[in-house]
Formats: sequence, structure tokens, C-alpha cells
Amino acid sequence: MRTAMATTVPRWVWLATAVAVFITVVLGVCIGAVYITPAEIWATVTAQISGEKLSDNNAYSTIIWQLRLPRVLLAFLVGSILASAGCAYQGAFRNPLADPYLLGVSAGAGLGATLTIVYASTAPNFYLPLAAFGGALAAVSITYLLGRSAISGRSSTALILAGVAVASVLTAAQTLVQQQNTDVLREVYTWILGRLSTSGWGELLVIAPYIVICSIVLLRYRRVLDVFSVGDEEAQTMGLPVARARGAIIVAASLGTAAAVSFTGLIGFVGIIVPHILRLVVGNSYRILLPLSVIYGGIFLVLADILARTLLAPQEIPIGVVTALLGAPFFLFVLGSRTSGSIT
Amino acid sequence: MTQLNVKNLQVELGGKTIVSDVSISINLGEWVCIIGPNGAGKSSLLKAIAGIISSTGDLFVNDVDLRELSHRDRACWVAYVAQEPIMPSGMKVFDYILLGRTAHLKMLASESNLDIEVAHFAVNELGLEDFLERDVATLSGGERQRVAIARALTQASPIVLLDEPTTALDVGYQQEVLELIDRLCKENKIAVISTMHDLTIAGLYPDELMLLHNGAIHEKGRPEQVLTRENIAEVYGANIEIVVSNGTLAVIPIRLKS
Repeated sequence: MRTAMATTVPRWVWLATAVAVFITVVLGVCIGAVYITPAEIWATVTAQISGEKLSDNNAYSTIIWQLRLPRVLLAFLVGSILASAGCAYQGAFRNPLADPYLLGVSAGAGLGATLTIVYASTAPNFYLPLAAFGGALAAVSITYLLGRSAISGRSSTALILAGVAVASVLTAAQTLVQQQNTDVLREVYTWILGRLSTSGWGELLVIAPYIVICSIVLLRYRRVLDVFSVGDEEAQTMGLPVARARGAIIVAASLGTAAAVSFTGLIGFVGIIVPHILRLVVGNSYRILLPLSVIYGGIFLVLADILARTLLAPQEIPIGVVTALLGAPFFLFVLGSRTSGSIT
Repeated sequence: MTQLNVKNLQVELGGKTIVSDVSISINLGEWVCIIGPNGAGKSSLLKAIAGIISSTGDLFVNDVDLRELSHRDRACWVAYVAQEPIMPSGMKVFDYILLGRTAHLKMLASESNLDIEVAHFAVNELGLEDFLERDVATLSGGERQRVAIARALTQASPIVLLDEPTTALDVGYQQEVLELIDRLCKENKIAVISTMHDLTIAGLYPDELMLLHNGAIHEKGRPEQVLTRENIAEVYGANIEIVVSNGTLAVIPIRLKS
């Protein structure tokens, strides 16, 4: 007799996913201002491994190692934390419209970045990501404290409302600062719309630990997110320390998202689109959704970035614009299909 | 002998006393049913024992104070099935039943073979073998109730609280679910506290009835002690007659003018 087991990601899905990751990364490295064929990549990489010196590969070598690959990996990491944080929030708040910015990360990061651009424009480059990171975490902390004290930490709605309030205040403050300093509008705007351009490996190595650790933490909460789906009351009677579990998810999701937005700005919609496409394909169990969100969030952003740097080449479209252009129509589609009850 | 002792339980919500001075003691293998009109505090009493809403008074299992326990340890003693359990769409029946193991798992662990086996035991007990791959949101009222009870059984708690387990069901499913609860209660030695709406049905299975009036106990005891013309008139303001047919009490409403 074949006994039923807990639902997990089927092996063939993992196989297909591995293939998809490989193809996406190769495409990401191939496509750009200079098209490099997969064969040329192969030749360059093997040549370097075997220690041969091939003079005509030197240019490719720089493009591949210093430009394309770090950028592809950055896009992948940022996409995966945004998608998995969005997915985790949708579960922990039982709200299909939740995204990583639900509790004010974006508004906090935006204010932090704007203040740095306006008042510390001569400061070294690394202050901006630091300020965005700090702003994001501060905003989430305020939201969490307000939301908890509002209704003694019981209701997730109180947290969401606190998030809305905090985001409004911070966004208003940011608008005020911008309005007083219109000369920096362009720079602020560029930051907000997001960018994935990197100069080598530095940024990637700074944020990778945050994102990787936070993703792993969120992944380990996948069963708990399924427990959340029966509502706080029932989850509690089943033995889940609801407030503590939700708090841990908020910390991991916020930390990862803050690290991502600190360098790349506010890339929208990834956290909603990716989990919801996956829901339509594989159902609503977070045991499946969360691992797949990590991977397909990455794939999605790498592909979106390819479009961003090729559609209007040599100009680059801000990555946030690309994801929103794809995201907004899909968002409407999700809202439409929600009435059929396919999404919890 | 394991025994749940509730003493002088008091629930206040927004300055209003919802449940006042209720005491219950129940052994494993017994079924106590709480009845009373709308707003009498039946569900609140159950939720207070489950720990979902705050209350004062004693809540002990033997000498274990439930109030001192973590959510997880408390869930190992007491399981709760809501009046309308939330059925998350897109979740398979077996995954839903497995959620019942939460109290026995570390927060970040996944289920072991033992947990899977316990879930299968519940599946067999409730005859849900053919439903395992179904989406819980597509189940009918009776099936939902069975699946939710299977989840509670998987939790393996000696005390199970059931809030209106049969209200949404028509008479056939009502009977099926009640027979099931009765069997689980007696065979698996589970203490069951339920609330119930239908007085005739309430008189049929439980060992003891507790009639609640404005949050306080009006009467408790064997069904024939509690379901009397006077009690029902006082608490419900209803004119009824009790008819005994083949040893079963039936509560028959009587027209006021005839």
C-alpha cells in the first residue's frame, strides 16, 4: 500500500528548476551590450581553468567575470529574497496582497536614501546603502512596536495597519525633503526605481550573507506558514506560538529585504508576482511555495534585468519599471481570479 | 485517572462578564455538552478553556496548571475544533490533518514517520482514506467536520473541545458526526467538551449537560435532569414539552396560542 506523505516539491520539479536556473544564468551572462555566445563563455571559462592565455578572450573574460556574472548573481539573490519574503508575509499575515514592503521597509529605506542624497551628498558612497538599510529596519521596528501595543500583539491586522501608518508618515517626510531640494530629485528617483548595476563583486559580497541566511531561515518556517493558514486562533490551539513565530518571520524577511533594497533600490512587484504565479501552478502549500519562490524569484529578476538592459539599449530601463510594467497587469489578473477563491 | 478541572472560570470582554463562575470536572472517556441560548457564553467558555481568550479561575489537568504551560504544551493536553474551522484553499486533506502534529514538533522541524503514522491512524478512524488528495476547501460541511476532527485526533490530546460540531449539518451528517465523536470518546478514552444548539440532539449522546444562562450555570447533570420544561422555559423563554420515545428525550416546541 502506498501511504500518503506530506506534500513536498516533486523531484521532477526540482530537475526542471535546476535546468531553468542554468539556462537563465547562461542567458544573463550571454546577453548585453556585447553578445557573447555560450560557446565563447565555455571557451573563456575552460581556458582560464586550464591556465591558458588566450589574448582574444581577455575582453570577454573581464565582461563575464567583472560585469555580467556579479550582476546576474545580484539579480538572482535580490529576486529570491524579495519573492520569499513576500511569500512568507502572505502566509504569516494570511493576506494574498502582502509583499516584502508591507511593514514599511520601502518607505524607511526611501527616506534614509533621500536624506543621504540631500544632506550627505559629499559623503563616501557606502553611506547611502547604509542609510537605506538603517531606515528600512527602523521603519519595520516602529511598525512592529506600534502594532503589538495596539491590540496586545494578537491581531495581524493591527500590524498591517501600523505598517500603512508608518509608511505614510515616512513617505510624507521623504516627499517634504525632496520638495525642499528639487535639485536632487533625479538622483533620488533613480535610486527609488532600482538598479542592478554593480561594479564587480563588492556589493554582492556585502549583501549575500544577509540574503542567504534570511532565505534559509524563511525556508525553515515553511511548515509553520502552513499552520498559519488556519488562522491565529486555531494555530494557537494546535500549539504554535503565533506571535513569536510571526515575529521571527518578520525579522528574517525584513533583514533580508533591507539588505537587498540598500544597494538596489525599491524593486516592486517581485514579491507578489512570483509567489502568485507559483500558487496558480503548484497550489498554496508553503512547503512547496516557499522553496520555489526562492528559486523562481531569482530567475524572474535575472530575466527582467536582461529586458531592462536590452529593450532600449544602450540605455538601461530602471529594473523597478520593468517589474512594475510586467507586474501591474498581473496584479490585476490576480485580483480578478481572487473572486473565484483560488487564493487564500 | 486524568481529569480536567475548571473552577470558578470567569471571562470578561470589554468590561462585560461573558462567563461567570463556571466549574466543570470531566474524566477521560466522558462527554460534557454545554447548551444555552444565543449569547449565553457557550463558545466563550470553550475558547477560554482552549486558551484563545483570556479568563480567570482555575484550569487544571490533574495537578498541571494549564495557565502555566506554553502554547505547545497546552496543545498537548487540549485540542480545539472551531465552529467553522478555516479550510485553507489549495491545501490537501492529508497536509491539513498533519498540521495537528504541530504541538509535537519543534518549531522548525518537519514531520517524522511517526507523525505520518499518527495522521494515518486518524485518517483510518474517520474513514477519510479516499479524501487524502482532495483540496480541503472543496469539502462539504460534513466532510470538513470529519477532517477537522481528524486533525484534532492527530494532535493526540486527551481533551478535545468541539464548538458546535453539528450546527452546519443536516440530520444524516449530524448523526454520523455524533456517532463518531461518541465512539472516539469511549474507545480512545478522550474527554470531550462540546457546545450544541439542538436540544434533542444534545440529549442523545453526551453523558452530562450543562445549561448556561447569561454566562452562569443554570443547571447541570444527566440530560433528563437538565432538559425539563421549567429549565427551558426559564432560560430560553420557550414553551416546550419533553417527550420520551424509546428512551430518547425529545424537546418539542408547543404553539403558544392554540
